[in-house]
Amino acid sequence: MQVPHTPLLDLDHIDIGYDGQPVVHDASLQLPEGQIGCLLGPSGCGKTTLLRAIAGFEPVMRGEVRMNGRTMSDPGFTVPPEKRGVGMVFQDFALFPHLTVGDNLRFGIRHWSRAKQDERVRQLLRLVGLIGYEPGYPHALSGGQQQRVALARALAPRPGLLLLDEPFSSMDVELRGELAREVREILRAENTTAILVTHDQNEAFAFADRIAVIHEGRIAQLDSAYNLYHRPANRFVADFIGEGTLIPGMVEPGNQVDTALGHLQGPLSEDLAPGTAVDVLVRPDDIAIDNENGEVRTEVLDKAFRGADFLYTLRLPDGLSVQCMAPSHDNFVIGEHVRLRLDFSHLVVFSRESGVDCPGG
Amino acid sequence: MTDSVTSTGARMPAFRRPRLPLSPWSLVAVITALVLALPVLVIFGHVFIPAGEVWEHLRQTVLADYVTNSLVLLVGVGIGVLLIGVPVAWLISMCEFPGRSVFQWALMLPLAMPAYIIAYTYTGMLDFSGPVQGLIRELTGLGYGEYWFPEIRSLGGAMVMLLLVLYPYVYLLSRAAFLEQSVCVLEVSRTLGAGPWEGFRRVALPLARPAIIAGLTLALMEVLADYGTVAYFGVSTFTTGIFRTWYGLGDPAAAAQLAAVLLSFVFVLILLERWSRAKARFHHTSRRYSTLPRYRLRGWKASGAFLACLLPVLFGFLIPTVQLAIWAFQTTDQWMNPRFAGLVFNTFWLAIAAAIIAVALALVLAYAQRMEGGRITHVAVRIAGMGYAVPGTVIAIGIMIPFAAFDNALDSFMRDTFGVSTGLLLSGTVFALLFAYAVRFLAVSLQTVEAGLGKIQPSMDDAARSLGLHPVKTLWRVHMPIMRGTLLTALLLVFVDVLKELPATLILRPFDFNTLAVRAFELAGDERLRESSSAALAIVLVGLVPVILLSTTIGRSRPGQGAPADEPAEDPGRRPRSRALAAPAGATMNPSADEAQDR
Repeated sequence: MQVPHTPLLDLDHIDIGYDGQPVVHDASLQLPEGQIGCLLGPSGCGKTTLLRAIAGFEPVMRGEVRMNGRTMSDPGFTVPPEKRGVGMVFQDFALFPHLTVGDNLRFGIRHWSRAKQDERVRQLLRLVGLIGYEPGYPHALSGGQQQRVALARALAPRPGLLLLDEPFSSMDVELRGELAREVREILRAENTTAILVTHDQNEAFAFADRIAVIHEGRIAQLDSAYNLYHRPANRFVADFIGEGTLIPGMVEPGNQVDTALGHLQGPLSEDLAPGTAVDVLVRPDDIAIDNENGEVRTEVLDKAFRGADFLYTLRLPDGLSVQCMAPSHDNFVIGEHVRLRLDFSHLVVFSRESGVDCPGG
Repeated sequence: MTDSVTSTGARMPAFRRPRLPLSPWSLVAVITALVLALPVLVIFGHVFIPAGEVWEHLRQTVLADYVTNSLVLLVGVGIGVLLIGVPVAWLISMCEFPGRSVFQWALMLPLAMPAYIIAYTYTGMLDFSGPVQGLIRELTGLGYGEYWFPEIRSLGGAMVMLLLVLYPYVYLLSRAAFLEQSVCVLEVSRTLGAGPWEGFRRVALPLARPAIIAGLTLALMEVLADYGTVAYFGVSTFTTGIFRTWYGLGDPAAAAQLAAVLLSFVFVLILLERWSRAKARFHHTSRRYSTLPRYRLRGWKASGAFLACLLPVLFGFLIPTVQLAIWAFQTTDQWMNPRFAGLVFNTFWLAIAAAIIAVALALVLAYAQRMEGGRITHVAVRIAGMGYAVPGTVIAIGIMIPFAAFDNALDSFMRDTFGVSTGLLLSGTVFALLFAYAVRFLAVSLQTVEAGLGKIQPSMDDAARSLGLHPVKTLWRVHMPIMRGTLLTALLLVFVDVLKELPATLILRPFDFNTLAVRAFELAGDERLRESSSAALAIVLVGLVPVILLSTTIGRSRPGQGAPADEPAEDPGRRPRSRALAAPAGATMNPSADEAQDR
């Protein structure tokens, strides 16, 4: 049964639910050792349930959870969390308030010899930059420091897999990006395999090698950040990741699609016969404002200042609107007419005839 | 992976979940609930035993008296506690007058005074040879039978004694309800032209009604449970009837049937309370709270308010306590001796043991509910906590009957088979007594422990388990240290309640085994009031501790100005002083702790 390169974590078509009602459907996912994965999705999509099933807090109704090829969960059988060797960092950190920072870190390695414990605690405090905080209590620490203690505590027993449940959501927005990078460095230093749950795609992009986008309890797409943005597998991912608009069009011979923006040229994401009605994904960076060479005439409907650039909402002649990112040194006013230049490297199309393109289904 | 997970391929069959209809946690909860429900089940079981001669005799002679006296007591005390409790609660929470901040907690003091103690204290003061009548005779020169003086040893006297010590239930709960009401609601009523009086009558009172009724129910349960007062005053009620039938007529079955009737009174009370609450479920329409601007009273209004608050404290606590203290100082030989020390020691270790048992059971039940929040567990835990409503007399009879039957059966079996007599193993031992206390006071500890456990986020459990700790060890190493303060509080509350308990102790105590409460009651019954004062005073003084505890936390009960969230401060609504405050109060007063337990 054990083959070379068995993934460290293997979710094999699992359903999870409460009272017989599945909340997560048919989830499959493999994570090789040393990689960092991410479960990304809007709130209520089932990502935390999936994480809790991996940790052993929730049983599975169908399918199997395997770690290093060993069955951890299947219907009617669940290795309890305390026997799994899986570390977890919680949204509210869940530091034990009655224990010092040092004793919090020792909690998971209480069976080690005292000398080894001390060694490990020293090493972890150095890693998370909290040397000298060992005798203090958690409530005396700042949020970011508590976060790092929680991480160190979870890492202490050298878990095969580390699960992070929205660990940055209680942080200030400015702190989040920095912390995510810091934590990633720490995980790299410990060569830890990890899964992060988040609803924030920027956090996911900054953190993870592989991202599973989850929608209504199903994995809509499992891919790298680059591919999720540039090659979304379905309408949900196209809409959820990044900004963009789907505009209708008709496939024409020679990798062309005829749309309100004109004839778009580029390799199609799907091999569709000419004459197929499709929706084309237009990202704000696929089009550029160019009043000298642009061919498409549009009117500025709305704009949002983003610092380095503006996100304009532009109305096309036939009434459709698209979004366009433009450097902020040109400041167009609402109602002004501008011309667009097309800048597509490839075309993401979804056939309109295949009916509703439900992610994962 | 950790070292323990190194082999490959195969499952770990040791962890395969057994297909039990109940999880281990539910099973523990169900068994505990069944054991604790035993006395009540025994009592109700006797309803189906054909009534014997004694019952027929009781029915023809005294049963009507029991029912009438009990009902008159209920109505009289009920009206009395409402007339005292609600107005003083309103004055304290809405008005400003001299002494208000002292009365705020002083009005709770009578909670420390068991009804039987206040009863014989007043008897000692007011009967013919007491100081009051003595003074009257001295001043007027009249002799015996030449003047009228109310007889304290009467139904009316019992009523007054009971309402003097029971009004704090209504005061506490209605005050909490008044404080919880959003200022906005009252301010709106004022902008709509309602003055303070109209605002009270048309807005505050109706909104507080569920809490007031909850307080009333608690007071009335105490009335039904009371034995010491009515026995001392010679008023025939169910509790005295049960004692008489048990000891005087020697008919356990008839006593159990009387107990069943008493128990059905209690259930009617509970149902009435539920029913009145179900019809009125109020939600706070505003989440904003600010310091309540109190009406400043002046002149005769301030004096009136002062007097209204002073009288209950004066008669319910100060006068009897001072009297007890005077007697105790006059009879130092009664308590400055090794016998009294032995009595205190007896009482204290009994109360400590009972407190530890009740808190340990509460911890197991509350944790079972946390681990396995299913319906079965929930119902089992609620049943286990029902004992607070069952009078001590009923519990005692419900324990005595099966224990005695067991002892007799075992004894005759052993004698027949091995020729040895085992005697009394269960009945008439400390074990029976501790069991009764656990049944009666589990609700007190349960309520407190549940509230404390609810404040610990579920992620703490998950964190401990993901760090390799079994749930049972998690309870020991994480939950118990975190809620140390809560556990101590629960221990203290049960301790004090056991100290004050009288009827169950009277029936179940081992031969020649005395507690402070029993000693005080026995001495008083022998008309040795002065000698009994030291034991009584000891009970009152220890009983003050939870009252003080309650008064320090209740000030923080106001929504919006409470203690900081991370402080392990108790929630006064859920940490009542006694068993009785527990259940209905928790439900009406503070939903937050319940919600915290739902994941």
